[in-house]
Amino acid sequence: MAAPQSLDTVLNHPAIWRGGSCARVSTPSVPTGFAEFDAVLPGGGWPAAALTEIYVERPGIGELKLIMPAAARLTYAGRWVALVAPPYIPYAPALAAHGVRLARLMLVRTTGSADSLWACEQALRSAGCGAVLAWLDHAPERALRRLQLAAEGSDVVMLLFRSARGIPPSSAALRLHLGKTGGRTIVRVLKRRGAGIPTPVALDLHDPPAMRATAANLSVSGRLHRLAALP
Amino acid sequence: MLWLALHFPWLPLDVFARGTPAPEPLAVTSSAGTDAEVVACNRAARRRGVRAGMPLAAAWALAANLRIATRDVAAERAALERIAAWAAQFTSTINITAPAEVLLEIAGSLQLFGGLNSLWTRIEQGISALGYEGAIACAPTPLAAQLFARAGLAARIHHLDALRLGLDPLPLEVLGWPSRSVATLHDAGIHTFGACLALPRNGLARRLGQHVLDDLDRALGRLTDARPAFIPAAIFTSSLALPAPVQEAEPLTFAARRLLIELCGWLAATGQGAQRLRLALEHEDHTDTHITLELAAASRDPEHLVTVLRERLARVSLASPAVAITLAAELVTALAARNLTFLPDEQSRAETVARLIERLRARLGDESVRGLNTVADYRPELAWRVCEPDAQRDAGAPGPASNRPLWLLVSPEPLAEAAAAPCYDGLLTLVAGPERIESGWWDGNDVARDYFIARNPAEALFWIYRERRAGGGWFLHGFFA
Repeated sequence: MAAPQSLDTVLNHPAIWRGGSCARVSTPSVPTGFAEFDAVLPGGGWPAAALTEIYVERPGIGELKLIMPAAARLTYAGRWVALVAPPYIPYAPALAAHGVRLARLMLVRTTGSADSLWACEQALRSAGCGAVLAWLDHAPERALRRLQLAAEGSDVVMLLFRSARGIPPSSAALRLHLGKTGGRTIVRVLKRRGAGIPTPVALDLHDPPAMRATAANLSVSGRLHRLAALP
Repeated sequence: MLWLALHFPWLPLDVFARGTPAPEPLAVTSSAGTDAEVVACNRAARRRGVRAGMPLAAAWALAANLRIATRDVAAERAALERIAAWAAQFTSTINITAPAEVLLEIAGSLQLFGGLNSLWTRIEQGISALGYEGAIACAPTPLAAQLFARAGLAARIHHLDALRLGLDPLPLEVLGWPSRSVATLHDAGIHTFGACLALPRNGLARRLGQHVLDDLDRALGRLTDARPAFIPAAIFTSSLALPAPVQEAEPLTFAARRLLIELCGWLAATGQGAQRLRLALEHEDHTDTHITLELAAASRDPEHLVTVLRERLARVSLASPAVAITLAAELVTALAARNLTFLPDEQSRAETVARLIERLRARLGDESVRGLNTVADYRPELAWRVCEPDAQRDAGAPGPASNRPLWLLVSPEPLAEAAAAPCYDGLLTLVAGPERIESGWWDGNDVARDYFIARNPAEALFWIYRERRAGGGWFLHGFFA
């Protein structure tokens, strides 16, 4: 008779799905670089052959920092990252400081959502891109379906950033909502494949050592309004 | 030796009709006068009752919207040369026989192209992609292949022994002898090649001439048949006359596609790839429109070139309809065939991204796809620049090691102030700083600013600065996204 196995090994059998956890979906994915975030994503990272929608409450809460580790990993592996119609200038020194290889970054400027959608489809069809990041505010459901189908035919990570004012129903494989409270970026998964909605993940994206040190300087130097009076 | 003959029975018509997909009734006449005769007409005209040999007036009566083109023998000869140049990708031994045949010697090419059947299919598909209607036949001697093709038999004979059997039933008309000789033979009851062979040779030579006997011997391979070789030109330029003036992009793309396929065949034959193409559109009452296509990487893939051209033509608006298109390859470079690899590697990935960039630029404009690079400058708005994607990177100095925001505004936005403190969606509290940047006195863009990192009540992080020169004030320069 075989030696008795521990309960954990038995329960780790791939044919068993424990109701509370995320099903082990075998989607190809790119690790996000944040362990607590990877744990709630099917496949353990940004899904590669699917459309991911990210709803951002307002700019400046860490929406780009969330994808910097994955972008750095992809660009150093030789795959390209395309930024389609970004709302502001992606600042090259900051991107380089986050580890992104600028030689594999492509900036696509378009003059309308139709052109943006077309550019995304072309980038998804090309085998050289690793990730496509697009900023689209108004996109009809039909266009998103086409993006989803184009993404499924390739192994490119497609991230679509939209404003969180009025979240329309959509057929994207993964939908995330980003907000910020208490100094930490809160990522809420609105929809994912393989399991129900997990609890929101709180990530510390904006606490680099340099800032903490200068905050200490400020408290030492006194009240803030004295800085405003400096010549 | 195995010869493949391409016979184009409708060549006078095809040189005019290949530019459009669904032509109206079109007839080619022997001369420009009103007493001309119809030489050839397309299917739409034939359905109306127009036939070859009919006087032009009768053809007009049958089909009122008939388009007329005068037969252009020079264009037919040029078309045969273009077809031969395209076919040079399959073999290096090519011969053009006026008025309507191209012969290829393919015994040496069978192994590379996977056997006679796949080579035949490729050539057949290529001919129809070029816009011509042709008959193909294959035989050990060039003349026999021509005879089979003229008779419309898609013969595939590999050995001389089987040749006699295949040639026997052919009618005498395919040999192209003078009509008097053929009439003499018909009167004697000789109608086929085999019957002609059975006649006594001396009598035949005495009655009809030695050349008749020589033709029979050359067809059977008893006499050598040396044909002058065709060499593809060193420069590619090809024209297409459109049957009707065209102004929209899609019909122009259709016509240009024919020319691009010819170009790609020539490129494959000479082992080169095109990097710069010029498309000239002729107008009746206007100077020519020239469109230049620059490719980032040399290419001879017809589908890729058609895609780039289609996007480019969609952006061009023509002042008047075009009546002819000319394609010229301005810059070609040697392009070795690519070794296929099992796994996608850096080289093939770079090629696909180069094609993606070309496609995006063809539709969105050259300035719409850029790369980013850092610049060694303390002034934040000048510490970055756009460049060619994947340009050789100069080692941009890493710059100050402090924080920089991921989003930069195109131009700094002045902030409203409330109680001597800046506001953006609420009162901003300064979290870190100040970082004093004073630089750039040498080129007139001098800055003197104190940069801070600020947070608003909604917890978004901003990069703001206080202007230290005259005027002062708080400005927003970036978001810490």
